Amino acid sequence: MTSTTDIKAIIRRHRTRDAAFAVLGMVCLLVCIATLMALLVDLAIDGVGRLSPGFLTSFPSRFPGKAGILSAWVGTILVMLVTALAAVPLGVAAGIYLEEYARKNWLTTIIEINIANLAGVPSIVYGLMALGLFVYQFHLGQSILTAGLTLALLILPIVIIATRESIRAIPGSIREAAYALGATKWQAIKHHVLPYSTGGILTGVIIGLSRAIGESAPLITIGALTFIAFLPPAPVQRTFPFVNFDWLASPFTVMPIQLFNWVSRPQQAFHLNAAAAGLVLMAMTLAMNGIAIYVRYHSRKRIKW
Amino acid sequence: MVELAEMTPTVTAAPPALKAESKNVSFFYGAFQALKKVNVNIADKKVTALIGPSGCGKTTFLRCFNRMHDLYPGNRYQGEILLHPEGVNIIGPEVDPIEVRMRINMVFQKANPFPKSIYENVAYGLRIRETNSRSVLDGKVEQALRHAALWDEVKDRLQNLAFALSGGQQQRLCIARALATDPEIVLFDEPTSALDPIATARIEELIGELKKSVTILIVTHNMQQAARVSDYTGFMYLGELVEFDVTGKIFTNPSNKLTEDYVTGRFG
Amino acid sequence: MTTATAPLIRRPPTATRFARRPAGRIKRLRERLIETLLFLAAASSIAITAGIVGILFFESLAFFKQVSLVDFLTDRQWTPLFDDAHYGILPLLSGTLVTAGVALAFALPVGTVTAIYLSEYAPHKVREVVKPFLELLSAVPTVVFGYFALLFVTPLLQRIIPGLPGFNMLSAGLVMGVMIIPYVSSISEDAMKAVPMHIREASYAVGATRFQTSVRVIVPSAMSGISSAYVLGFSRAIGETMVVAIAAGMQPNFTWNPTEPAATITAYIVQVALGDLPHGTIGYQTIFAAGLTLMLMTLAFNIAGYFLRKRYREIY
Repeated sequence: MTSTTDIKAIIRRHRTRDAAFAVLGMVCLLVCIATLMALLVDLAIDGVGRLSPGFLTSFPSRFPGKAGILSAWVGTILVMLVTALAAVPLGVAAGIYLEEYARKNWLTTIIEINIANLAGVPSIVYGLMALGLFVYQFHLGQSILTAGLTLALLILPIVIIATRESIRAIPGSIREAAYALGATKWQAIKHHVLPYSTGGILTGVIIGLSRAIGESAPLITIGALTFIAFLPPAPVQRTFPFVNFDWLASPFTVMPIQLFNWVSRPQQAFHLNAAAAGLVLMAMTLAMNGIAIYVRYHSRKRIKW
Repeated sequence: MVELAEMTPTVTAAPPALKAESKNVSFFYGAFQALKKVNVNIADKKVTALIGPSGCGKTTFLRCFNRMHDLYPGNRYQGEILLHPEGVNIIGPEVDPIEVRMRINMVFQKANPFPKSIYENVAYGLRIRETNSRSVLDGKVEQALRHAALWDEVKDRLQNLAFALSGGQQQRLCIARALATDPEIVLFDEPTSALDPIATARIEELIGELKKSVTILIVTHNMQQAARVSDYTGFMYLGELVEFDVTGKIFTNPSNKLTEDYVTGRFG
Repeated sequence: MTTATAPLIRRPPTATRFARRPAGRIKRLRERLIETLLFLAAASSIAITAGIVGILFFESLAFFKQVSLVDFLTDRQWTPLFDDAHYGILPLLSGTLVTAGVALAFALPVGTVTAIYLSEYAPHKVREVVKPFLELLSAVPTVVFGYFALLFVTPLLQRIIPGLPGFNMLSAGLVMGVMIIPYVSSISEDAMKAVPMHIREASYAVGATRFQTSVRVIVPSAMSGISSAYVLGFSRAIGETMVVAIAAGMQPNFTWNPTEPAATITAYIVQVALGDLPHGTIGYQTIFAAGLTLMLMTLAFNIAGYFLRKRYREIY
């Protein structure tokens, strides 16, 4: 059998490999973090000079020094509004059904496999679908409504999966406690399951929206314009009925498309605009992720099973 | 509490050699002290059992012997566990836990085979020691499986997944895995607590066979089991070793009142 | 002894039973209605898939009425918008596969090592600090990555590789790789973390190092989850649009050389969509044929991944 000295040599060799791998792991992590830092710093160096109140309140222009992102950020917010209003009810309802109601049968299995597969469909394919279906079959045009719905479909799997996971985390005994007091299934869900899983669902929704906010490929595919020098009609008005839905049908641009437009131009001055728009977009994404982390942290702290 | 000097066993004519001894071993999970100056002598090629109510520190003590506590942060050892004949302190910070584990193997409470074939499960420890020759592995695997009384049941399906075995077979597979590398001591952490009575009986029988070739330290909460399989028994309570003696004496004529209450079922 | 005349427990006179109140019926009806609505929401995901598949097939069918499948698959040129129109998907396919290949050659090893490190090596504190950074990396909008590839990585690479064109697949692929790492590492790490602790202990108990335990026990045990991570990484790499559209150029170019510019399937779709192609023309239909190709590639890999997972399914 192996002698003690052999064993010591073997262990030494293994220890060396072990340490080498630990170093390799740290290097890999550092590569990721360094890249992220390089990206942020590069963006900041290029773009920070263009950041000014005027940049946020100006329309795009042929002159890079005068151009701004007003129509882009307004467009982004309106599109996100539509996306959230469409994706949240649909996704949460689907999640509730699959977790609380669905019986184990072939239909449920198909729905589950389908949702998993939808999460892996390239975003540009959603754009093609929206182009063929929303724009040309339903005649919704290249509008904010089309854009919002397209992104809603894109993030639907994220919302459904987040809903299911947070509902699944609620122990069955909570439901049984509600049933034991005579609650119906829906009452148990409405009074207990949903309120207790709100934190998780909200986190998923925000993560989904933060993904949607940076998406441009599907919106370019449906034919979003890149040069928009006007704002959509305001959603509220002074006269009856005080709300106005014309904005839904308005053409639009969004932050990432504006960025793409600028970065695609040969003039360096537009690249600076792109960097500045990138900074604003990163700030929006970061803010949403920050909120998501905050919500997740607090909802976990509040309820412990 | 325990008079170490008086620990002359009366079961055999020639007293067995000392394999390991713990000297004032204390152990801390962070700030919580789980062991308080435990002193035990482990005899070579004998079965030593540790009994006591749950939470008494017997598993904690067992896991000191192959430094399993090193896997988790915030754990701290005090005192010495000397492994003989060299007399090296295996819980000393200068000693490599991996070297300790190469000499002292362990069988866990719940059978934990790897998601690999039966063969690869047994060969794992050897592969870790860079034994890759097929013929050596074949021989060692067969020997270990025979040793663990599992060979006849699995020899025709060595390449099957270990999960296909029954609970008792899986536990014997884990014993074979621990035996394959010719360890000096095998630690058993309540090895039958998840098994039915028949599988339990087979493992107990096996432990009786194994002590011919290897030193065994076993933790059990089943007093009858300790009485059946062990030569020496230590009774632990609240992190302390209350009494340690020849098994027969612990169960028939314990010197400590607490031990007597426990073995007669008055608490625990 | 009790006698029949004096029972131990007296039976009370029959009183009211559970009433069948009309309120109960309304309640039940409402429950059924809610369940139906929720079911429709869940089933809508199937409608989405049907919509995607339907539109892609419908428009591609119109395309293949004018272009033969053989030409589509064998012609080495893709110039649908020129007068001398060619409809060979090969140049787009090569662009897609080269950029994805560069990305995956970078992302899979780095992502896997990162996952092993985070799951098996890193102290709790390091993990807590590092994971938000990785999450952040995955949250960066892809246009920003495109900007970074074109205006930071390409100039950097041009110093190392003289003569590297301003648009090239190498830079786009590498940045795409960085983008994919968090997906690969987080799913793989979850899979490794899910391997029960007692399996790990069994390996350590016979004297294995962390490295041996990781490579010989943890990775094989988590193979099913790791293969899903790889499949997702592949889907992302071939479906990613903005990085390649910005940094790899939009000229179809049948080449396997990553230092050249080339268009991917996705970049072509973007290029067409940016222009003004009338609905119903063959130019319009090409993007659906391209999209269908992309979809089929993703599908093929997902199916392959499904069988891979089935083979390596978690068994502990």
